[in-house]
Amino acid sequence: MKIILKHLTKIFPNRTKNKPDVIAVNDFDFEIPDGQLVGLLGPSGCGKSTLLNLISGLLEPTTGQIYFGDDDVTKLSPENRGVGMVFQNYALYPHLTARQNIVFPLENLKGKDKLTKEQLNEKAEEAARLVQIENLLERKPSEMSGGQQQRVAIARAIVKKPRVLLLDEPLSNLDARLRLQTREEIRRIQRETAITTIFVTHDQEEAMSISDFIIVMKDGIINQIGKPQDIYDDPVNLFVAKFLGTPQINVFAGEVKNGKIYIGEQAVMKIKGVEDQKVHIAIRPEGFIPEARGPLTCQLQAVEVTGRDTSIVSTNPAFDGAAIRSIISSDIKIPADQKEVHFSIKPHKIHLFSVADEKRIYFETEG
Amino acid sequence: MVSRKYKGWLYLIPALIFIILFLIYPLIDVFVYSFEEGYNSASQTYFGVGWYNYSYVLHDPYFLQAVRNTFILVAITVPLSTGFALLISLCLNSITKLKEWFQTIYFLPYVTNTLAVGLVFMVLFKKTAYSEGLINLLLNAVGLSSVDFISGPYWAKMLVLCVYTIWVVLPFKVLILTSALASVNQDYYNAAKVDGTSPWRIFTRITLPMISPMIFYLVITGFIGAFKAYSDAVALFGVDLNAAGMNTIVGYVYDMLYGNGGGYPSYASAAAIILFAIVLSITCINLLVSKKHVHY
Repeated sequence: MKIILKHLTKIFPNRTKNKPDVIAVNDFDFEIPDGQLVGLLGPSGCGKSTLLNLISGLLEPTTGQIYFGDDDVTKLSPENRGVGMVFQNYALYPHLTARQNIVFPLENLKGKDKLTKEQLNEKAEEAARLVQIENLLERKPSEMSGGQQQRVAIARAIVKKPRVLLLDEPLSNLDARLRLQTREEIRRIQRETAITTIFVTHDQEEAMSISDFIIVMKDGIINQIGKPQDIYDDPVNLFVAKFLGTPQINVFAGEVKNGKIYIGEQAVMKIKGVEDQKVHIAIRPEGFIPEARGPLTCQLQAVEVTGRDTSIVSTNPAFDGAAIRSIISSDIKIPADQKEVHFSIKPHKIHLFSVADEKRIYFETEG
Repeated sequence: MVSRKYKGWLYLIPALIFIILFLIYPLIDVFVYSFEEGYNSASQTYFGVGWYNYSYVLHDPYFLQAVRNTFILVAITVPLSTGFALLISLCLNSITKLKEWFQTIYFLPYVTNTLAVGLVFMVLFKKTAYSEGLINLLLNAVGLSSVDFISGPYWAKMLVLCVYTIWVVLPFKVLILTSALASVNQDYYNAAKVDGTSPWRIFTRITLPMISPMIFYLVITGFIGAFKAYSDAVALFGVDLNAAGMNTIVGYVYDMLYGNGGGYPSYASAAAIILFAIVLSITCINLLVSKKHVHY
């Protein structure tokens, strides 16, 4: 089921008079294609959960419409929308067993949809099989690990075969190893059920790794929508560039002068089509190539070896942070006692952003 | 290690002394008295040892009346007050406007003096030579004849006592239940809403189990409190409860010690031990039931 949002806005009026209203979701207008896994990414307090609650129907939008397929569901209450939701703390009923939790939504069906006991159990077991907890059905939530509870919560959300599945920070309560495993699990379950799924996260790595699409939000405004790789390679503004990728993108203060990009006094690249101005220069960690005659000179601080690749920590007066991190192949050996390190830059790994509004400045490289 | 162990006891000594002196020793003493026939506290003498005191108390019509009154009071007030408290808390929890204001109103009886409350109930219920009492005026207004609630028929007196008791114990229960309701995570309700759960099912399958520990706490303490009722009856019907036919078990114990006839510590002890046995067994039953139905 595709989801279409039309000029969706949610304003929380402020209780104290002299403060402005909070615009949690500001004029959202996009379409999520059928059967996709969409990551809703943004820092805390950017309105991600509000958007999720608007789609689930727990909150009513101030203006705008929500469509599931061709149905306008804006005015429908949550139970009539056909959504399944997994809450951040799972919200499993502590006094019920996993099986009772999973059949709970089904027991709400009335009239001709009412299911017999056998049908209930069958459906519960089917959902449990999908999330691989068949042998835990008689346990109570307190007798299960966080990851197992998470699976029960997902089973409960999908047992009714919802049109849309919503996950609110599904991995935030799990430890690092389990998080890795569970996110793949979510991907697998989503593939198998083919339910259009939206999940909220503030962890860019999580969003990048499993989403078909990412929606990057900040302060109630959509910054960019696209495939993970496209957003990473082609961020529209400095916020998106900084938010995606670990280690973070390296941002320098610099300028464009006479068709060249300057970091401090060093001209690092020739470009076309940009007027002379001061700019933010952002370079991905993997965009640095250590070369003896490279145009960018940095003061070497440390060389960190992981085995698979090598990370060079260096500083530069024009750098806008603590230390420049560049990741290079472990084949290239950099002596750690070296004072300086010289880099040339991969042209498609360097982005320019306007100082005024932090928007991307596009340029052409010179041959 | 050894010195640490003794140190722990050292800190406990002040509390222990008081508990042993004023709680455990008297309890044992009462138990002993209850088997000593005709014990006289002045001369410290008694005639013999046996079950006579229990036999006397259990055959005393006043005691049987007191037991009956107490049981009726318990059976009516505990479920009703808990039910009303739950209803009021649910309402309080669902409103946003004036919530604090209503909470204060419902809490007021808790901080009001028992005797002041008794006086108010007099104004409401008592029929005197000069006035009918407010409730009677209301009854007259709808065409019913007056009832003497304070010294009239038994059911009328019991009714007033029950209303009074419920009204007095309600605020504490409302307070406990409102906070219990407020502490239930909102996500459970959101999850239920997304799943299309009906309000009644939300109440029975989510809200009640979630606050069940608090409800059982209130039921248990409610039982114990109601079995120990005495001052409420005095506030309404005066000190001669036997004459009014509204005595309670605790009232009977008190009367045996200090009442008109007074001076029968052996009988009083036997009655007190019987009350103790009743309360203990009811509490045990309560705990057994709650183990089955309280979910954490």
